[in-house]
Amino acid sequence: MSAPETLLTTPLHALHQELGAEFGGFAGYDMPIRYKAGIMAEHLHCRASAALFDVSHMGQVLLKGPGVIEALERLVPGDIEALKVGRQRYTLFTNARGGIMDDLMVTRRETDLFVVVNAGCKTDDFAHLKAHMPPGTVAMLDDRALIALQGPKAIDVIGRMDSGIRTVPFMGACELTLGGIACWVSRSGYTGEDGVEISVPAAQAEALARHLLAQPEVMPAGLGARDSLRLEAGLCLYGSDIDQNTTPVEAGLTWTIGKRRKMEGGFIGAEPILDQLFTGPRKIRVGIRPEGKAPARAHTLIVDETSNEIGEITSGGFGPTVGGPIAMGYVTPDYANDGTAIGLVIRGKLHPARIAPLPFVPKGWK
Amino acid sequence: MSDVRYTKDHEWIRLEGGVGVVGITDYAQNALGDVVFVEVPEAGKALTAGGEAGVIESVKAASEIYSPVSGEVVEGNAGLDGDPALVNTSPTGDGWIFKVKLADPSEVEKLMTEAEYQAFVDGLD
Repeated sequence: MSAPETLLTTPLHALHQELGAEFGGFAGYDMPIRYKAGIMAEHLHCRASAALFDVSHMGQVLLKGPGVIEALERLVPGDIEALKVGRQRYTLFTNARGGIMDDLMVTRRETDLFVVVNAGCKTDDFAHLKAHMPPGTVAMLDDRALIALQGPKAIDVIGRMDSGIRTVPFMGACELTLGGIACWVSRSGYTGEDGVEISVPAAQAEALARHLLAQPEVMPAGLGARDSLRLEAGLCLYGSDIDQNTTPVEAGLTWTIGKRRKMEGGFIGAEPILDQLFTGPRKIRVGIRPEGKAPARAHTLIVDETSNEIGEITSGGFGPTVGGPIAMGYVTPDYANDGTAIGLVIRGKLHPARIAPLPFVPKGWK
Repeated sequence: MSDVRYTKDHEWIRLEGGVGVVGITDYAQNALGDVVFVEVPEAGKALTAGGEAGVIESVKAASEIYSPVSGEVVEGNAGLDGDPALVNTSPTGDGWIFKVKLADPSEVEKLMTEAEYQAFVDGLD
């Protein structure tokens, strides 16, 4: 099945085809959903060894020039000022109502800030940055690909090519030479495992991917496994678990608000968000374990013991490592404690479930 | 040889007396990927040709199973509860989904033969 003309492709598209990928449209890109091994095998391989993901559809942005740190702090609740050179932070673009416009990674480098945003939001994010950052300080890096290598063996693989990765802590970043290619590498990911995310010039992306795939530990994995891995890791998918109408407090992302930022505010949406820290949220993101075997997908209704609606599932499916169905969703605070019995309405039938702690699998990084 | 017929929704039906055994084809299981749960219809449930009979959940998504014929469910495959992956490993054998007592055996005649289904599938890619 060929992709419609309107879908964009990444620099690794031809390689995915060669590897027998099954494609699907995601955020305007024709992306590999799975390869021949299938989602289950790709997921389990990532937890056991190392999996390679093409995430070139994501937006890479450079912020460079006087005043960029102060200006960025107007847009996010994270403490960017305190971020050390070579360190990365997860933060959020917030709107005036305290909702989340996007979630993003910010790395402080010697002379600039390196930012990675979601594919589906990157056009809006870029316009948002252009509107609020000092003139001439925002550059979209359209000429770079992004490759994630994730799993307990990922650092062994990268370390064989450039030992510099071994001294980089999780959420640290540095420049490395991988197979003769100069790359910007951060030790981070979206799977709950240790690993790296590699920013590489688009023209050299395929050579790097082939070099990585040639390593005995590495197998390609598609967006299907990426989704089941991040769900087991309790990580939010923008547009599903968090969006313009969800606040960081509701989403359980209060930890991303820096201590100084809580005191001083000074970011878009600070008032409703800081207010909610005291008054408490109306709904809270929780982990959910269905007690039967039927997966509960996004938009499944959550009810109490008398069948009153108390919330909705925002991500749900089967967790290959857990070996059963898992989900995340929002419930009213009365029902948010771990172990609370709830009901899920799947295809018109009531299924018992319980609130469960996140993540569903222990984290693989230190 | 018992006659096996096929639908455009990629179900197969094999007649054993007045009862049809229904499952999904190898093409369908491959397209769905790893099956993790099957909601099989309960005995006694009335089915209509082309109507919903159950649900197959893969890691990726939920997909409906349609009944190739009208009739009454005789049995759902209880073996799929413990091992839903049988749909992947043996789609036309142990991975069968339900058995149905046909209301009108002539409905089967309207379904595709093996050769017709193969030609249909070849035309999909």
